[in-house]
Amino acid sequence: MNDIKERLVNGLIKENPTFVLMLGMCPTLAVTTSAMNGLGMGLTTMVVLALSNAFISLLRNIIPDKVRIPAFIVIIASFVTIVELLLEGFIPSLYDALGIYIPLIVVNCIILGRAESYASKNPVIPSLFDGIGMGLGFSFALTCIGAVRELIGAGTLFGLHIMPESYIPCTIFIMAPGAFFVLAMLTAIQNKIKLIGEKKGKDMSKIQSGCGNDCLNCSDSGCTKRFYDEKAQEPKTRRIKGEEEKEHA
Amino acid sequence: MLKDLLIILISSSLVSNVVLSQFLGLCPFLGVSRKTNTASGMGVAVIFVITLASAVAGVIYKYVLVPLDITYLQTIVFILVIAALVQFVEMFLKKFMPALYEALGVYLPLITTNCAVLGVALTNVQKNYGILAGVVNGFATAVGFTISIIILAGIREKMEYNDIPESFKGMPIVLITAGLMAIAFCGFSGLL
Repeated sequence: MNDIKERLVNGLIKENPTFVLMLGMCPTLAVTTSAMNGLGMGLTTMVVLALSNAFISLLRNIIPDKVRIPAFIVIIASFVTIVELLLEGFIPSLYDALGIYIPLIVVNCIILGRAESYASKNPVIPSLFDGIGMGLGFSFALTCIGAVRELIGAGTLFGLHIMPESYIPCTIFIMAPGAFFVLAMLTAIQNKIKLIGEKKGKDMSKIQSGCGNDCLNCSDSGCTKRFYDEKAQEPKTRRIKGEEEKEHA
Repeated sequence: MLKDLLIILISSSLVSNVVLSQFLGLCPFLGVSRKTNTASGMGVAVIFVITLASAVAGVIYKYVLVPLDITYLQTIVFILVIAALVQFVEMFLKKFMPALYEALGVYLPLITTNCAVLGVALTNVQKNYGILAGVVNGFATAVGFTISIIILAGIREKMEYNDIPESFKGMPIVLITAGLMAIAFCGFSGLL
């Protein structure tokens, strides 16, 4: 029970995929034109994340180490397809609003990242709740960003008029540039928190602030190259890494 | 016919730019844009892979998925095809074109799970493009990516010498630059 609670808190706050780890930026920017779309995308991703985490964890002793990345991708893609078909059938309005970004959940690095760093090393129940926690954190972040953009860009919140009549909506915020500006502010705030924390001597290494700066020399979590590089690495180093993480937990 | 292709070319590369208005391929856009020469290397690799991937995905969709009536498997099939294709291209280049491999090799693995590649394959299906139109769309999208990543890298090289507030150093200022570029690219919408 404690384990489950710890996983949920971890995903929502301590390792929030958007605000702390900065993973899965493409959907974060693309679908947050309104709070509703952000929430829809977040929950869709959460379903996929929870199911694929549970399933990968079930199969973790069967999948050979060498082909684990393709195997994970197939599992994730299957769940994405299922969710896509369900959305098309039951919530067509959301399906239309999210469009191509639903199938693109497959390449959302949060999902592959969690599969690789958590689900493939832990039992089913914690993995399931790790997925739910991360998904909730992602939904929370997307809803927040969507709400800010919708409020400034259209003067509404979840479709309800919030701003006074005299407010002239700043349309650019629901257009593409607004997404970049909102995310820029977000990372700036994150940097500020990191700087303050470091001054107080706290360990702030978990905060990624946008995936370092240089993909070619990067060994950060959740990054594409890491998955690729690890394939070439000896399993031994990976195992040590896993043990470290367990100790950490 | 030619006119249609030209319209696809302009709209995919400039008007609805893959990074600045569709937000696909953001990770390499932000991650490999520190220097113009690496940015252009990445751009060339992306053009190469996306053009090839949209051709292969188009052929598979038309001659395998549609006849077998399993188009609902497109996401799974496309992602596997793309991953296999990138691996194959890498092996092929390593073996037969070492010079090109030297130039593009480091970027290829970064493209495997680049969402732009899958995005293009899916858009081609969604918009009912034929194989030729799909390839043109893929090429144009990748050119759009290359244009924007090189511009961003150029700006970032200049920005190295600027005085930036402490908390805006790194990603935030790059994102603001990208936002300003996105505003500039909005101007292209009058083209069509």
